[in-house]
Amino acid sequence: MKRTLVALVQDQPGTLNRIASLFRRRAYNIESLTVGHTEHQGISRMTIVVDEPETSSGIVERNLHKLINVLDVEDVTDISAVMHDLALIKIATVNGTRAEIMKIAESFGARILDIGLDTLIVEATAPGEQIDRLVAVLRPFGIAEMVRTGRIAMVRDGAFDSNQTEKENA
Amino acid sequence: MRRTGAQIVWEMLRQEGVEVVFGMPGGSIMTTYHPRQEYGVRHVLIRHEQAAAHAADGYARASGRVGVAMTTSGPGATNLTTGIATAMMDSIPMVCITGQVRTSSIGSDAFQEADITGITLPITKHNYLVTDVHDLARTIREAFHIASTGRPGPVLIDLPVDVQTAEMDFKPPEGDVRLPGYRCEAPIDPATVERIAAALADAERPVILAGHGVALSGGAHLLRTMVETAELPVATTLLGKGSFPDRHPLALGMMGMHGTPAANYAIQQADLLLVLGMRFDDRVTGCLDRYAPHARKIHVDLDPAEICKNVQVDLGVVADVHDVLEGLMPLVRRDDRTAWIERIAVWKSDAAEREIVSHLQSDALTGPEALHEIWRTTEGNALVVTDVGQNQMWAAQYYASSRPRSFLSSGGLGTMGFALPAAIGAQIAKPTNEVWVVAGDGGFQMNIQELATVVQEELPLRIAVLNNGYLGMVRQWQEHFYDGRYEATKLWNPDFVRLAEAYGLEAWRGTTVDEAHDAIERAHGCGSACLIEFVVVGEGEEGNVYPMVPAGAALHEMMQRPIPVGVQSRRWSS
Repeated sequence: MKRTLVALVQDQPGTLNRIASLFRRRAYNIESLTVGHTEHQGISRMTIVVDEPETSSGIVERNLHKLINVLDVEDVTDISAVMHDLALIKIATVNGTRAEIMKIAESFGARILDIGLDTLIVEATAPGEQIDRLVAVLRPFGIAEMVRTGRIAMVRDGAFDSNQTEKENA
Repeated sequence: MRRTGAQIVWEMLRQEGVEVVFGMPGGSIMTTYHPRQEYGVRHVLIRHEQAAAHAADGYARASGRVGVAMTTSGPGATNLTTGIATAMMDSIPMVCITGQVRTSSIGSDAFQEADITGITLPITKHNYLVTDVHDLARTIREAFHIASTGRPGPVLIDLPVDVQTAEMDFKPPEGDVRLPGYRCEAPIDPATVERIAAALADAERPVILAGHGVALSGGAHLLRTMVETAELPVATTLLGKGSFPDRHPLALGMMGMHGTPAANYAIQQADLLLVLGMRFDDRVTGCLDRYAPHARKIHVDLDPAEICKNVQVDLGVVADVHDVLEGLMPLVRRDDRTAWIERIAVWKSDAAEREIVSHLQSDALTGPEALHEIWRTTEGNALVVTDVGQNQMWAAQYYASSRPRSFLSSGGLGTMGFALPAAIGAQIAKPTNEVWVVAGDGGFQMNIQELATVVQEELPLRIAVLNNGYLGMVRQWQEHFYDGRYEATKLWNPDFVRLAEAYGLEAWRGTTVDEAHDAIERAHGCGSACLIEFVVVGEGEEGNVYPMVPAGAALHEMMQRPIPVGVQSRRWSS
């Protein structure tokens, strides 16, 4: 099952390698991974989407906690959180399709970043599934190039942690 | 004061209380070796870097302190890896310092360059590449802190030549180590301890499972007091051996693949398992789906990633075993479990009877016989360091331990070649102890070159080589599960006695029980390094380790030692 983990890590050489190594060792595929600065200097934030077997019961999260360079990890899969992707899509604009494409982009809340003679670039920031739909609609026009950042996540105000770290059947 | 990186290494090792370093110099680390004598830290020159890691590991296991290994870059560093992985699997505190090519050459495939931080990333608790001499002292402090706290483990520091030669104004670091991402403390919750006590009180058929965590936490004495108070039977893992006396009336002995019938049957029939500091290794559980099917399971471990990793438990408690036992002490009481204790007693006497009748039938020298004689002669007081395979299992079964840190063995990784170098470290940690190496003819030859180190360091090791002419454990599996085809397991061996003599050891050969007995007496009284080659039965039932849980079987499906033909007993005739 797909899980979204948010990790705060020390901004040091090798940190990404250590984290990636945990997934590689168990042969879990990383669906997407985004890294960037946070509001604190020297601390980066990673959002990792990973396909983890149901039976693994959060083993990767608990192993991430053990890494010295990892300051905090949270599994936000089951928490109320904003989860967005950013996509840049370059689309061919032959045969006077430009206006139609722009209208579609507008209805998806996407922005036009660049208009060229033969192409234009659309920027969309939205939940991943919404971007999937935009891509599906734009595909017939001819997508020349696309880049997606992968999911980034932030927990909403007042969201509570529904994850029980300790199983209590006793 | 001005100090070079090399001097700072020794300043910091001394500050951390290091008394000995195991290693071998080479091009990229000789700069650091150079000022050693000025700092009074002992160095033990091994003959292969793998042995440096095992020796540091053995030193740590025997003493509870951090073991230190030092080698050069490239092959010196890569040779450490088996020893590092061994220490990682068994939670051994160790710091390895490796030389590295100059920072400007890193990544250029320079002479004797290896990406050792990359290579050891999954087999260290943490590792460092130091690129600035100003980070060096802090890094060494952090390494010792990480290695020795929480769940212990190996830490590697890679040290480029130019960092070793660089100078700086050095002031020893003060205050606490600051590692915001490192959590090594797990405070216990009194309510959880009360729940454990209540579960124990409710149980009719409880079993305590004691792993390495009991000894690592320093909780062995608490365990003994607690189970004696509440009259609870205790089974141990291989690495838990010694954390509860093997010959205690409440001891079930070792659990798992070559465990005792009492331990394995008790686990399968228990209604409560209190599991202390162990990780449910597959050699311990047998078939997971049918492991302890009737038991509520309470798992105490300092490492949160161990809870529900292999076995789903009913209550996972992330805490230090010592603290939990301390909390339990005033809460436990003796309940009447006569029926359970009596059932266990039947399993124990049954197994003992099997041992006796199969023993009486045989005049041949066997592995168990040799180990039993060593145990008798040393009165169970030796510090035993085993290799891996049949010799290891026989040592675990027939050398009864009574103290923590007195039985050292490569458990998790199962590293053949471990015993001799690890015993070098153990003997240096415990100079007045009688230290015995127990190895097979296969594994012994994996680090046999360390006989030279033993002699050079004048260590009075007693070395028992059980020579059955095979890679015995593999041969046993081939006999049972691979159609008896002994593929690539038959060994041609050197004359171990003459070989040992060539190295300058006293050496004897035991081919009969009497010869073995005499040789053990001589070794016991010998003040310097000596070796006994025991020529033991290599094939047939007497050459096998029993009991044995076949791969994939549940613990209660263990194969017991066969009863020799013609033996009459009230148990087996009925």
